[in-house]
Amino acid sequence: MSGDHHHPHGDKAHDHDSHAPVSEAHDISSESALLERALRELLIEKNIFTAGDLRRQIELTESRTPELGAKVVARAWTDAQYKARLLADAKPAIENLLGIDLNLTPELTVVENTAARHHVICCTLCSCYPRAVLGIPPAWYKSPEYRARVVREPREVLAEFGTQLPDDVEIRVVDSTADMRYMVLPLRPRDTGHLSEQELIALITRDSMIGVSVLAGSQY
Amino acid sequence: MKPVFVTGDKVKVRAAEVATHCRTPHYLRGKRGIVARVFGAYPNPEQLAYHRLGVPYLPLYQIEFDFKEVWGKAAGATVITADIYQHWLERDN
Repeated sequence: MSGDHHHPHGDKAHDHDSHAPVSEAHDISSESALLERALRELLIEKNIFTAGDLRRQIELTESRTPELGAKVVARAWTDAQYKARLLADAKPAIENLLGIDLNLTPELTVVENTAARHHVICCTLCSCYPRAVLGIPPAWYKSPEYRARVVREPREVLAEFGTQLPDDVEIRVVDSTADMRYMVLPLRPRDTGHLSEQELIALITRDSMIGVSVLAGSQY
Repeated sequence: MKPVFVTGDKVKVRAAEVATHCRTPHYLRGKRGIVARVFGAYPNPEQLAYHRLGVPYLPLYQIEFDFKEVWGKAAGATVITADIYQHWLERDN
């Protein structure tokens, strides 16, 4: 967007300089954005929730990033007892480790990738995603193309993400169709035994916890 | 509602058509699978979608489907799992 002074402002006048970006708040061109705004204003007006409640929820949502998932993965790699607890019952294991409250978030299961078995997660019905530990899903995860193709031609889709797995590695496409969300515990790369937990965290990517990628140095 | 299936049971997803909201993907209707995990009971999403309480809660299962069963062709060692509520499952002996 250029520094155009003539873009419309439907709301009250405010100061802005010629380089001010047009914020999303002004971009109500799409029907869904209009609907969201109307619904939000109505819910606040009717005291269903306050603007402060909404702000806190947005802050909470934005505080959730793949860094959380990476911390969980690094601990599971370095502590076999923790890994066992995580795989058996993910929520309490994650709450204890990260000091966060997952009481109001959907159920969560962690599935482990090994040299013999690779999981990739999806939601063919909508966009279910382990937001509590990975944050907001990438746009491609929600795209009709990914959702349709990953269950129909998973090896091809993985290859398009640069993930070539040997034919004898079992691929498990995990479709999140109901109350359960899934996060992948990726295979630990070889020759990382000397790394600290912090150094391991830096290696772990979001896509490896979705399962469309494997980490560099993974050995099959 | 009590779970009637246990891990390892052979099941078949009902091949029903419903005009209202449900969480059973079309591509798995009528397909045979195996119970991989038994989760707890959850509100019935087919009621929640219409502002009802979702009672009785429904047992939820992770079902494992062989790729060939779903798509009619093999694709190496490939499995699809999906989470299906009990009322969409029938025993497959």
